[in-house]
Amino acid sequence: MTVVTTTPGLYPLPDWAKETLSSLKGHQKHDLIGGDEGEEILDTYGEIREELIGDQREAGLDLVSEGQARWDDMLAHPLAVHENVDTRGIVRYYDNNNFYRDPVVTGELTESGDVARELESAAEFTDSLQAVLPGPYSLSDLATDEYYGDSAAFLDATADFLANEAAMFPDHDTLFLLEPSLVEHPPEDDENERASEAISRVASATDAEVVVHTYWGALSEKVHAHLLDAAIDAVGYDFVSEVDDNLYNIQEYGTTDSIALGLLDGQNTLVESPETITERIEWIGERLPAHEFDTTYVSTNTELFYLPENKYKAKLAALGEVAAREEVTA
Amino acid sequence: MKRDQFRRPAHENETFIMTTVVGSYPKPKWLHRVRDLWEAEGERFDDDDWREATDDAARLITAEHERAGLDVLVDGEVRRNEMVEFFAHRIDGYEFNGPVKVWGHNYFDKPSVVNEVEYDENWLVEEYEFAADLTERPVKVPITGPYTLANWSFNEAYDTEEELAYDLADLVNEEIEKLVDAGARYIQIDEPALATTPDDHAIVGECLERIAEDIHEDVYLGLHVCYGDYSRIYPEILDYPVDEYDLELANGDYEQLDVFKETEFTGNLALGVTDVHVAEVESVAEIKENILKGLEVVPADRLTISPDCGLKLLPREVAYGKMANMVQAARELEAEIDRGEIEVARTPASAD
Repeated sequence: MTVVTTTPGLYPLPDWAKETLSSLKGHQKHDLIGGDEGEEILDTYGEIREELIGDQREAGLDLVSEGQARWDDMLAHPLAVHENVDTRGIVRYYDNNNFYRDPVVTGELTESGDVARELESAAEFTDSLQAVLPGPYSLSDLATDEYYGDSAAFLDATADFLANEAAMFPDHDTLFLLEPSLVEHPPEDDENERASEAISRVASATDAEVVVHTYWGALSEKVHAHLLDAAIDAVGYDFVSEVDDNLYNIQEYGTTDSIALGLLDGQNTLVESPETITERIEWIGERLPAHEFDTTYVSTNTELFYLPENKYKAKLAALGEVAAREEVTA
Repeated sequence: MKRDQFRRPAHENETFIMTTVVGSYPKPKWLHRVRDLWEAEGERFDDDDWREATDDAARLITAEHERAGLDVLVDGEVRRNEMVEFFAHRIDGYEFNGPVKVWGHNYFDKPSVVNEVEYDENWLVEEYEFAADLTERPVKVPITGPYTLANWSFNEAYDTEEELAYDLADLVNEEIEKLVDAGARYIQIDEPALATTPDDHAIVGECLERIAEDIHEDVYLGLHVCYGDYSRIYPEILDYPVDEYDLELANGDYEQLDVFKETEFTGNLALGVTDVHVAEVESVAEIKENILKGLEVVPADRLTISPDCGLKLLPREVAYGKMANMVQAARELEAEIDRGEIEVARTPASAD
């Protein structure tokens, strides 16, 4: 078994940057990132990017993400900066005490290249780059459509948009597509097939390994079965919030050739020890005896921005320690 | 009726629509400066200076509330920085690791529960006693509820958030007992986290049962919940052992009002009648229209009016204007009801 340590990205800003950017940008909703920020702000984000990548390299993670520090609107970011999208009221980010600006799509979702530009800069600092995008189902779920007219057309357009973005990415080892909405607001009936096709469409835009990561519980059986039809390399399961249902899904329906395990809690300051993480990997392996995974990605269950700076670094260090041990035993 | 204790002897109308605020209020600018000096190392401001400054601020804001004509006052929560942090600093078992994002560049110092929580020092008794001494009018005490204290913290110590919430409920209960001994009769429990996790309404209910169980019979208990989808918690919340439900509805232009009309609203309603996210003072006429929305849900003697939520993010003169217009709107409407110009339902005498 090859264990690869990584994270789903969306890092918290370093504390110095929280203050610097607050004063450069302001506190209100019109002050947030719109894709047209000036040089001083861009330079600050450049520094932050280098620091976040440095943190991951220092910890010894196998895959390094850009950090997505610029994503003020979390997973809604790729739309929030698009020229044909209006950002309106502040809305709740899933069932969290976090908010993002409602991205309202008012025109065609043309190519943007925003995320590709971030990754170009990140690629200067690492040879093990992991790209991160919202999955098409979650991104369309987080947004409001005033252009495409029906939810099916909007989902397809969102998938095409993300596929175009991914096609512009520099070389990367993996693409993590984050799909919490598949758990939180699951597709119904024929929407399932469409969601799976949308994911395949984005996945086909890259030669990298594609991991569709789900969290905040387990997928329903039906959604899980449909997701396995998508042309992807791994499904990610959140074993922090839900163990039994995730094991059941894998035992009953099988899974992809590779698997991602959310084993560290991205929303709690309690830091898992490397021993605990290793035990969890083994514990899950024992319960899935029929599976020989090509790659087992080990990660936090959620994005990392929920954590204070000292604790996300401690989680990275624990993950890095797991990576170091796996190298010794491999 | 418990509500009658808050009616001023000088109240001129037969009808009484109680006016109050949710709690927080813009702090005077100099208080921020004093806080910086108090928190900075090597400055000359010590704890006594901080106390003196917050006493002055409490005098100022309580008088401002009185001048606006409110029936029930609050000291503006001038001593508190944030609704979870303030309490977590006073409870054993919490530690702080640094700021986390709420949205954009707005952060809060989300605490971690690292040991079993225990009551340490008084939370609000001195704050209440000081404010109560300043005025003849009743002073309400807003207190962050146990569920929000649990849900808006990192839980490192308890197996489940539910167990943490119940332990915190016992501590909140201890504080409320002290407040009641000190004379407080209007306690408002703030549970905004219920809006983020509506599936947990039963846990909130159990917390409230622990608080209400042996409470003094004259105490009027309110519950404030804001910025969520009320259809996910109503009518279930009607089973809670509280007297009043304080709801934010002006912000959504009363789109959610129908939720409360589908099933009979059996409690007292504290209705948000001004929007705290709009930095313009609504006119008296507009606020009267909003109060009438509340009268579609409950009769006037079961209606309290307040802003949607804490006023602290507004410019102070706007916050004052909203309160003053709100009181004027209530008094005008009461007189119109007395004169029979507006047809409203009345509660049978036995209800309360």
